[in-house]
This record gives sequence, structure tokens and C-alpha cells, in this order.
Amino acid sequence: MARSIRASAMSKASAVPLDAALVPPAPPAVRGRRIRWALWLPMIPVALAIVAAVAAPWIAPVSPTTGELAARLKPPAWQAAALAGRPLGTDLLGRDVLSRLIWGARVSLLIAVFATAIGAAAGSLIGLVTGYYRGRVDRVITKLIDIQLAFPFVLLAIAVIAVAGPSIPVLVVVLAIGAWVGHARIVRGLVLSLRERDYVQAALALGAGTPRVLFRHLLPEILSVIVVLATFDVGRIIILESTLSFLGLGVQPPTPSWGSDLRDAAAYVRQAWWTATFPGIAIMIVVLGLNLMGDALRDLLDPRTRRETR
Amino acid sequence: MFQYLVRKVFHTLFVALGVVTLVFVALRLSGDPAATMLPGDATVDELAALRRTLGLDRPLHLQYVAFLGGAVRGDFGESFRHQQPAFGLVLERLPATLELAFAALVLAVVVALPLGILAAVYRGRTADVLAMSFAVVGQATPYFWMGIMLILVVSVELGWLPTSGRGSWAHLILPAITLGTHFAASLARLTRTSLLEVLGQNFVTTARAKGLAEGSVILRHALKNAAVPVVTLIGLQFGTLLGGAVVTETIFAWPGVGRLAVQSIFVRDYPVVQAGVLVLALSFVALNLLVDLLYGALDPRIRDE
Repeated sequence: MARSIRASAMSKASAVPLDAALVPPAPPAVRGRRIRWALWLPMIPVALAIVAAVAAPWIAPVSPTTGELAARLKPPAWQAAALAGRPLGTDLLGRDVLSRLIWGARVSLLIAVFATAIGAAAGSLIGLVTGYYRGRVDRVITKLIDIQLAFPFVLLAIAVIAVAGPSIPVLVVVLAIGAWVGHARIVRGLVLSLRERDYVQAALALGAGTPRVLFRHLLPEILSVIVVLATFDVGRIIILESTLSFLGLGVQPPTPSWGSDLRDAAAYVRQAWWTATFPGIAIMIVVLGLNLMGDALRDLLDPRTRRETR
Repeated sequence: MFQYLVRKVFHTLFVALGVVTLVFVALRLSGDPAATMLPGDATVDELAALRRTLGLDRPLHLQYVAFLGGAVRGDFGESFRHQQPAFGLVLERLPATLELAFAALVLAVVVALPLGILAAVYRGRTADVLAMSFAVVGQATPYFWMGIMLILVVSVELGWLPTSGRGSWAHLILPAITLGTHFAASLARLTRTSLLEVLGQNFVTTARAKGLAEGSVILRHALKNAAVPVVTLIGLQFGTLLGGAVVTETIFAWPGVGRLAVQSIFVRDYPVVQAGVLVLALSFVALNLLVDLLYGALDPRIRDE
């Protein structure tokens, strides 16, 4: 009981599916239109970040890593001392802030997407198998999940990175370790109830093997939940990655990343507010977009609310 | 109640053992501490000597037993930098971290509960939209960036509050806002959802039907029933704030455990990193136990799960 209250409190706070149907829905027509808007609008910053990440070499005005010492700490274009061709100003080493922002999108998104993909795949697989077989393995995994949840994630990351040393591969693995738990817990819960359904029993009676039941019957049923969770995870991991990079435990200079740029910028924020402002805004609007997309996707894909939108 | 207490304490001990094990695994399997601690040009002999001093040349299970024994006694070795026991150094800093986390918690609760209630009561209207906009933006803002912006605007531009350090209550305000905002955002959302859920139930309709004033319906009837998940989240989050304190302390030069642990990574003061991570993680576990026990005392149904 204590655990179920706790689980529901946590899932509501992080706006994970399952509770969407608790709030009485608006009339169908209004709702359908609202969901579409709620989905498309937040996609704009996310799409912009993806374009920046993919096309960085072509759209960045100059190289993100070569600076001109003569052009140090120039303010953005709308201020008097601005330098032509440096719309968001330059940093302490005379590097273009806009170009670093664009290349930073590539690093930050790549890390977040890879870590989410690994975490979601591993977590979902573990949740699928343990929820289906139950038994001893399930009990061990459940305890493991309990233990990891009893541990502030930043601390675990610090412990690993302190020894392994900061690098992008280490970062991806550490962030994936942070992501698998949520997927495993929720997928396991869903599979536990789905495996008792008639269609699963029917498939088994018709002679379907376990892999077929798991991947052809159960997985498609829960795929939408995994997609919603992963959307929230990408946003969460962008923040975690930038946090670790800010602490000096993530992406290392001179590689541009939103978090590590903020680490440098914090040191001389008094002289140059712009270097500390723009990377933060980038993180904020991209994560905001992802979170709102996740909310909208959840409302759209959750079968209980979907019925009402038709 | 006694049975519940025993069960919870037992569970907590198990989780604590798991946490210690997890830290051991994370620290020993992710690389060679001796190689991390010595400069890059160290000779093979120097590496071997340090491994022997740290006990890293022994079989893994013996290392684990020694690590567990050390954790129980609070012995994590000497800090290389300060020539003092690492555990003592960490304990000295713990009050500062707890103070910061507690201030952030109080601030978040004071801001988030009224916002959540307001949003639920005026559902779909301006107050709701404003409160929830604050919440979604708050959830998308990284702690550390908010800290930098607060320093920039409040301390540097306006000169109202000190930029860093610990001392008077004025030092506490910006770090507490930085650490508390994210939590306030999720708490406000949860309060709203939870209250809306309760407001749709029959006993609320009954209370209204018997002619109670709307304020009384919300404050005396609905809120009490909406409180369980909200109180749970508050209890749980205190621990999470301990993790977030690592970042906040670094920005504001707050002399707590988190900042000490992060600084120690860069000077390769490995015993202090180990002690800091474990002390924070175990405080988190202990706080969870406290919340669970409090629950059992408040709500008899939870005891007989």
C-alpha cells in the first residue's frame, strides 16, 4: 500500500501516463483540436534543435572552436560594442556564441538520444521479461530498482565518473543507467496485468512461443507508453547531461555543449551576461518543448483518453 | 504498529546494504582508482605501491568485506588533501547541506501548495493557466542555470543579496530558490491533479449539497483527502533535494557535502568522494524510512498492507 501510494505520487509528479484519465476530459471535438495544437506547437523548438544538430557544419556562421583574441567578450548584435557577424556575441576566448550554440545542440541531443535509446531498450526488455515470467528473477530486479530509486542519481553519476574519468561514452552509459529504471518499472507493471488478458492466453493456446507473445502481442500494446516515457526522458537527460557537464564531469572543452559552455560562462558572468544566458535558454525551451510534447502524446496515445477524442 | 516498524527498518537496512554495494560496484568497476589518483607519469612500481596501500591488490570479495566494514564504522580512510579522516570532513559539512535542503523544501511547499490549490479551484481560468505555466517552465529549467541567472540579476545587477558563501539568512535565499523551484513545480502540478481528482468524488458533492460554503468544502473536506500523495512527494523529495544540493552548492560556494565531493574529484581525493557520496545516499535512505514510519503512524491502512 505504501509503495503504491508512493508510486502513484511519483508518476503524477513526473507526469507519467497512467493518471491521464483521472481528470475528467473536455468535450471530444474541442479536445481533439487542442491535442493537435498541444502536440505541434512544442515540436517547433525541438525541430529547430534537431535541424541545428544535423546541419551544424552548414548553418553555423563560423567554427565553434577557433576564437579570435581580438574579438573577446563582444556583446550581442543589438548592443553598441557588438561585432559584425557575431549576432549573439563572443565568449572569453573570442569564439562565436551562436556557432557554439548550434554545435552544442549536436552534442547535447546526440548524448540524450543515445542514452535514452539504450536505457529505454534495456529497461523495457527487462520489464517485459520480468513482468512476464515473474518468479525469482523478477524479485531480484524489483529489489534492484528499489535500491537504485533510493539513490539520488547525480551521486551515482559522480561515483562512476570520479573513477572512470569524464568522457562522452562514459556519460552516455551513466545516463542510460539512470534511465532504465523508469522503463523497467512501468513496463513490468503493464505486462503483469496484460499477460492475464484473453488474447494472450489465446495466443499461447494456439501454440505461440514466448518470444512471439512478448514481441508480437505484448510489445505493440505497450509501445505507446514507452514512446511517451522516452520523450520525457530525452528532456530529463538533456538537463542531467548539462548538469554533469556544468560540474565539469561531462563533455570536456573545447567540445561545445550547452552545459560545459555554461560552466565557463558562470566564471565571468559579471563581464558577459550573454554567454551565460543563451545556452540556458536553449536548454530550457528544448526541454519545455519535449515535456509538452510528452504531455500531448500521452493524452493522444493513452487508449483511455483516445476513445474520448474520437 | 510494532510489526510494521520492524518490517520497515528491515527493508531500510536491506536498501542501505544495496546502496553501499552499488557505490562499491560503481567505484571499483568503472576504473582503477590508483591510476586516477596518481599523475599520468607515475611508474608501475608507484601504482603497485598505492594499490597495496589502498588494498586494491586483494581479491574483490575481500575488498568488499573491508569496504562494508569501513562503511559501518564510518571509516573511509584519510583525505589525501586534508590529512584528516574523510568521514569527519564530510560530517562537518552535513549540517550546511541539510540546512539548504530544508530551506528549499519549506520554500517549495509554501509556494507550491497555494498555486496548486488555486489552479484546481479555478480550473481552466487565468489563475490555472498562470500557475501551470510557472510549473511547466520550472520543470524545464536546469537548477544551475537558474542559479547563475539569479546571481546575475539579483546579486550583480540589483545588488540585493550576496552572490555566494554561507552566513546570514540573506545567503540562504538564492540557493534555496535555485534548489526549490524544480520541486515547487512538480509539487504544484501534483497538488492540482490530486485535488481535482478528489473534487470529482461523491462526498464533495454531498458536502456542497448540504449547503456548506465552497471555501469550507475545499479546505476542510477535499484538501484533507487530497493530501496523501502530496505529503508522500514532500517526504520523498527531501532526499532528492540532497542530490540537487550538489549542484546548487557548487554555484553558490555553499560549504556543504556536495561541493566537497565534487571538488574532491578534481583533486583526486578519492576517500572524500567515497565518503561524501555514501553519507548523502544513506541520509536519503534514512529520510525515506522516517517518511514511511510517519505514514504508518498517520494512516493505519498503510500499516496492514
